[in-house]
Amino acid sequence: MNINLTIIGQIIAFFFFVVFCMKYVWPPITAALEERKQKIAEGLDAADRAERDLRAAQEKAEADLQEGKEQSAAIIEQANKRASQIIDEAKEAANAEALRIKVAADAEIEQEVNRAKEDLRAQVAVLAIAGAEKILEATVDQAAHAKLVDKLAAEL
Amino acid sequence: MATELMTSKSYISHHLTNLTFGNLPEGMTRYDGSTVADGGIWTFAHSSATVNEAAAMGFWAINVDTMFWSIGLGVLFLWLFRKVAVSATAGVPGNLQNFVESIIEFVEENVNSIFHHKNAIIAPLALTIFVWVFLMNLMDLVPVDWIPYIAQQMGIPYMKVVPSTDINATMGMALAVFALIIYYSIKMKGVGGFMAELSLQPLGKWLLPFNLFLEIVGLIAKPVSLALRLFGNMYAGEMVFILIALLPFWAQWVLSVPWAIFHILIITLQAFIFMVLTIVYLAMAHEEH
Repeated sequence: MNINLTIIGQIIAFFFFVVFCMKYVWPPITAALEERKQKIAEGLDAADRAERDLRAAQEKAEADLQEGKEQSAAIIEQANKRASQIIDEAKEAANAEALRIKVAADAEIEQEVNRAKEDLRAQVAVLAIAGAEKILEATVDQAAHAKLVDKLAAEL
Repeated sequence: MATELMTSKSYISHHLTNLTFGNLPEGMTRYDGSTVADGGIWTFAHSSATVNEAAAMGFWAINVDTMFWSIGLGVLFLWLFRKVAVSATAGVPGNLQNFVESIIEFVEENVNSIFHHKNAIIAPLALTIFVWVFLMNLMDLVPVDWIPYIAQQMGIPYMKVVPSTDINATMGMALAVFALIIYYSIKMKGVGGFMAELSLQPLGKWLLPFNLFLEIVGLIAKPVSLALRLFGNMYAGEMVFILIALLPFWAQWVLSVPWAIFHILIITLQAFIFMVLTIVYLAMAHEEH
């Protein structure tokens, strides 16, 4: 336990160790630590941002969905309205057509009846003349009496 | 009983003797009774109950074991940390990097809480002190007989494996710290400022000699207390291990195990204290009073 040259040796060794540590050990490791700290901070930031983005996206999706729902409801309603409108229109058209057909049929029927009446009238005139001929047993001057007979037939 | 006492004594003193290499003066009677020839002799010091060759070598001798173990441990520390520094990544750290980083962060935290100036040397200095002193102290936990026994088998007469039980090692570090204290005191305050700090307080300029005496004692107490605290703790701890080793082998573990466990606390604490006090002293050197 004597003080000797060892003390100088220790000082020199200590000096070299400290210098080495200061130049080659401390800076790289603390730099790595600092860089990691930064990275973690950035990562946390990014996570925060992502969470915010996600929330915004969720809100937007929800809004979009709501809008879509509303739109589709509107479309369905419109379609329903349109459908009933079409049905109404079709009904009306059908009614109108039916009416038209009925009117046409009525007109035709009347026409037919008139024609039949005309035919009947003509035949009645012939029959009446034939009947009269029979009754009179004589030939009637057709030309003389035709005017009379036609007048009779027109009165029928 | 007398011989047993004798062997116990020589066992203890053997374990507390450094392997010293130096020049023995001519005409001196050596441990084995021979006389040193003219011109002296460069050799390893051997000591006996009556002859202390290491002391006779004076200042120009070197404790080879202290130098070997302290430099070896310092290189081990720097090699390990350099390995991590080279491959240090900001990504996911490996086990070793994690371990080294936790030590560095611990040191950095301590430095930042005590030292508030800008100085690139303080943190690496603190780290070097902490880890180096810790490793030197850690040698205390190697069972006291292992390495000296192996050394003796190899023909090396003495081997003290705990460098911090050598006053040269602790005083060397303390003096280096002391030099830094003086350097930064003068650098930050100028020679005049430093002198004023030493002479004009605490009692004002009319009591200048008294102030000077007080402050110089306080200044010198710093390295001395640093060196002696570490040395004293480790020397005492080593001594206890050696005394325990004198017990019968079947009884040793009863004391050595608890003492070793307790000593884990002491070696860490002493390394920590040396580091913190160095930071404190250097912080004081940077501050104006």
